[in-house]
Amino acid sequence: MRTSLACAVATILFAAPAFAQPASHVPPGEEAVDPYAVSDANAGAAPVGGQELFAAFHGHEGISRIVDDLVEQVQKDPRLTEIFKASDFVRLRRTLKEQFCYILNGGCSYTGRDMKSVHADHGVITAEFNALVELLQAAMAREGVAFSAQNRLLAKLAPMKRETVTR
Amino acid sequence: MSRLGAACLALVMWTPLAAHAQEDAPARDIETGGKLKLTRGISTIEGQGGGGLTPWALITGNETDRGVGGAAHVTAVELPDYTFLSYGVALGLFDRVELSYTRQEFDTRDVGAALGLGRGFTFGQDVWGAKMRVIGDAIYDQDTWLPQVAIGANWKKNDQGAVVSAVGGTDDQGWETYATATKILLDSSLLLNGTLRWTNANQTGLLGYGGNLNDDHELMGEFSAGWLLSPDLVVGAEYRMKPDNLAIANEDDWVDIYAAWAINHQVTLTGAYVDLGSIATFDNQRGVYLSLQAGF
Repeated sequence: MRTSLACAVATILFAAPAFAQPASHVPPGEEAVDPYAVSDANAGAAPVGGQELFAAFHGHEGISRIVDDLVEQVQKDPRLTEIFKASDFVRLRRTLKEQFCYILNGGCSYTGRDMKSVHADHGVITAEFNALVELLQAAMAREGVAFSAQNRLLAKLAPMKRETVTR
Repeated sequence: MSRLGAACLALVMWTPLAAHAQEDAPARDIETGGKLKLTRGISTIEGQGGGGLTPWALITGNETDRGVGGAAHVTAVELPDYTFLSYGVALGLFDRVELSYTRQEFDTRDVGAALGLGRGFTFGQDVWGAKMRVIGDAIYDQDTWLPQVAIGANWKKNDQGAVVSAVGGTDDQGWETYATATKILLDSSLLLNGTLRWTNANQTGLLGYGGNLNDDHELMGEFSAGWLLSPDLVVGAEYRMKPDNLAIANEDDWVDIYAAWAINHQVTLTGAYVDLGSIATFDNQRGVYLSLQAGF
């Protein structure tokens, strides 16, 4: 509650046109976040080349199903309860879909924050990072993404451990 | 194979302990568990985390940088003229340091009688090992070519000093050091490993250390590759160069093809077809390798 109040105050403070950032409007169903500079570079990895991997993930629909499945499993997993306790799952789903779509060269823009600031206060440990990897692997498998294609996405996500795991 | 039975029993008893340790993890200051499946490696015949015949830079146990883990293994290799058995335990500390103890037994079966040692004469040795990860991360550093590198040392003591001398071996105990580098190329679902071992062990030390042809430590290359087929399954091959120090018998390099299956986070089953070449004048020692590893 205190967080959303602070966010509301921040939103009001920064709502003046002089301070407006490209993503300062709050999509329906999401909580407001402090303004930040929107950039594809925030996705934390450059897109793969070609369209083949995007197709292997069954395009936008496939990515959408994988992320919905992943976020649902995240909410059920006791290993991740603490980390995602204060998360805005509506926003998480949207930004994750954007991030995966951007990295898989699906032609999306990533409008979320960078990996370092998103995870700065979460105190993520390696075991939690790995737990999320396992849930993502399972979600990709349920979508029918070939294991070799799964690994090509994981190869892009793996170095993000350096910025997300902080203790 | 009563020793194998006892070792298997020990392993089975270890498994519930291991599972229990993991369940208790959240309540402890020192954590257990957290590694991705198969990323602790299996246990080599000398007890290190690695492949089957050659160590990897990966540290054994399921622990991360915040905890401790461990693994126990039983490995049997059935060859035309010999039966090789290895069993041991290893501890992984903070995904950084690995300490291991392994017992090796090499049953000469009918060869023992032919060589005048007695049927079923068994060479045995104890292998104490330590390994430390020095740089890199095989799994997460996917944006660089830098592999995970570890250095290690083994101290080995053979039980059969008199026979070792009789076959021309210089010592019944010895040490070896090694550096090993592991890289997982997730982009192509491959694991590559290279090891340089500084050793004078004859048939890993089962026939002693140094010999009438050469006493000195030499640098031996060992290579392995794995193809990741699923989070639970890797198949691949290994090659291990070996010294050739004894006049009495030619010693060959070792090669194998393997499949390792992580049944769950605790138990990994590995099967391989190994070609150990000529051992104590008996050629073409090709056979089946089976290994069960349980860890936490």
